[in-house]
Amino acid sequence: MSELQQKKPTDFLVSMRNASLSFGDRAILDGINIDIPRGKVTTIMGPSGTGKTTALRLISGQLMPSQGKVIVDGNDISTLKRRELFELRKRMGMMFQSGALFTDLTVFENVAFPLREHTALPESMIRDIVVMKLQAVGLRGARKLMPSELSGGMARRVALARAIALDPMMIMYDEPFTGQDPITVGVIMQLIRKLNDSLGLTSVIVSHDVGEVSAISDCLYIISDGKVVESGSPQSLNNSESPWVQQFLNGRPDGPAKFHYPASDYAEDLLTNVE
Amino acid sequence: MLNSLLGWLQGIGVKSIKSVARLGRGNIFLWYTFLSLFSLRKEFSLLVKQMYAVGVLSVQIILVSGLTVGMVLGLQGYNTLVDFGAEESLGQMVALSLVREMGPVLTALLFAGRAGSALTAEIGLMKVTEQLPAMEMMAVDPYKKVIAPRFMAGLISMPLLAAIFSAVGIIGGYLVGVGLLGVDAGAFWSQMTSKVDLYDDIYNGVIKSIIFGFVAVWIAVYEGFDAKPTTEGVSRATTRTVVNTAFAVLGLDFILTALMFGGA
Repeated sequence: MSELQQKKPTDFLVSMRNASLSFGDRAILDGINIDIPRGKVTTIMGPSGTGKTTALRLISGQLMPSQGKVIVDGNDISTLKRRELFELRKRMGMMFQSGALFTDLTVFENVAFPLREHTALPESMIRDIVVMKLQAVGLRGARKLMPSELSGGMARRVALARAIALDPMMIMYDEPFTGQDPITVGVIMQLIRKLNDSLGLTSVIVSHDVGEVSAISDCLYIISDGKVVESGSPQSLNNSESPWVQQFLNGRPDGPAKFHYPASDYAEDLLTNVE
Repeated sequence: MLNSLLGWLQGIGVKSIKSVARLGRGNIFLWYTFLSLFSLRKEFSLLVKQMYAVGVLSVQIILVSGLTVGMVLGLQGYNTLVDFGAEESLGQMVALSLVREMGPVLTALLFAGRAGSALTAEIGLMKVTEQLPAMEMMAVDPYKKVIAPRFMAGLISMPLLAAIFSAVGIIGGYLVGVGLLGVDAGAFWSQMTSKVDLYDDIYNGVIKSIIFGFVAVWIAVYEGFDAKPTTEGVSRATTRTVVNTAFAVLGLDFILTALMFGGA
């Protein structure tokens, strides 16, 4: 633990240097460079299936880069031993797309879980902390419910409360807005920004909801086909000259990214009668 | 022609490599599971919870099956033995069949169907719903928290369930043989007690049930842990648990029987 903390702090909590990951012949990430500044909300955007979530898994050490480096708070992830990685993860929170709550525990027990695992706090103190975390996400009154009784948005908020239970230095959101109604999206947007600023966190979001993340992010990275295409503040990206970035940000159906899956000539195809 | 032959050979190769890789992963999994069993001392309540889910909830099917199997054994055994005028040996026949073979084997098969499939589906669904990765992200080892208690619960439950199966089966045989067919009760019990040996029969039966339990629970938790995190993946894993356990138990049973009762 002490060894982990002695490293000199830099402005960037996470630095991915030329990080690549491939499964077999398929390159998921192809030499990406991403710097995530401390205390800011950074979003990694891109079309579905371009390795956004993989980038998150590299940062949390669930996957190791096949090339390049991933440095989190001064530690090169791939050189850490399992125990050191676990120590580091105690200071990271992650909100999974589905919430990933433990289905056999109540909301209260879910939030208490990391506290019971990693601290020796007395029961009364654990209770206070859980109540405070649930209050922060507005679900103090729902603490006796089981995960099956929660709506999708509530489950994500409980997951958020659980992720901040140990007061981490960083929190990662995997597709936090996908499939939620507008009110829930608004609630989650506000929570991400507020928690980041009031708790002094560093937030990393993976999402393709352009409007939502532009509104709350300080810094955006757009990746496509395993490469970083463009990065910068939301304003600067709006003025990007890349036609692909414009297509992506404005949601145009056709452009550099083709509407049609590659196929032979249409007229010719119709005249051929055999499949 | 040549191409289809090559394709066929390639298919065999791919399948073999996949099977060997699975076997390797299964053994690595087993090794990690062993290592995490030590931490169970701190997680005793989890073990108790799993003992209930895996063991206690299986008792019902074991009782019913044991009783019916014992009754059938009594009936069939009587019909054969009566031809030789040896119906007094019914107790011995029923007890030996159960303690040596039927108890451990059938319990293991029922265990795979009742508890093993549930274990696989539960662990597989924890993977689908990202509970296992979430646990890892909270710096909690799923092997210690999820796998070890279930593995240990299965290991403890199996021999106990097999013992219950055999005991109930003997009662079933007694009910049919003595109650229905008129075998002398004293002969039934005394033949049994004099011919069933503690070491040769009962201990060997217990050893069998321990080995079968080990294999059954290993397959169950591994298939769940290794399942593809999709609906289809979990359903396939559950099927594999039941099928593979059946094959493994029946194959092992022949080897163990040959080793224990084969010579002399």
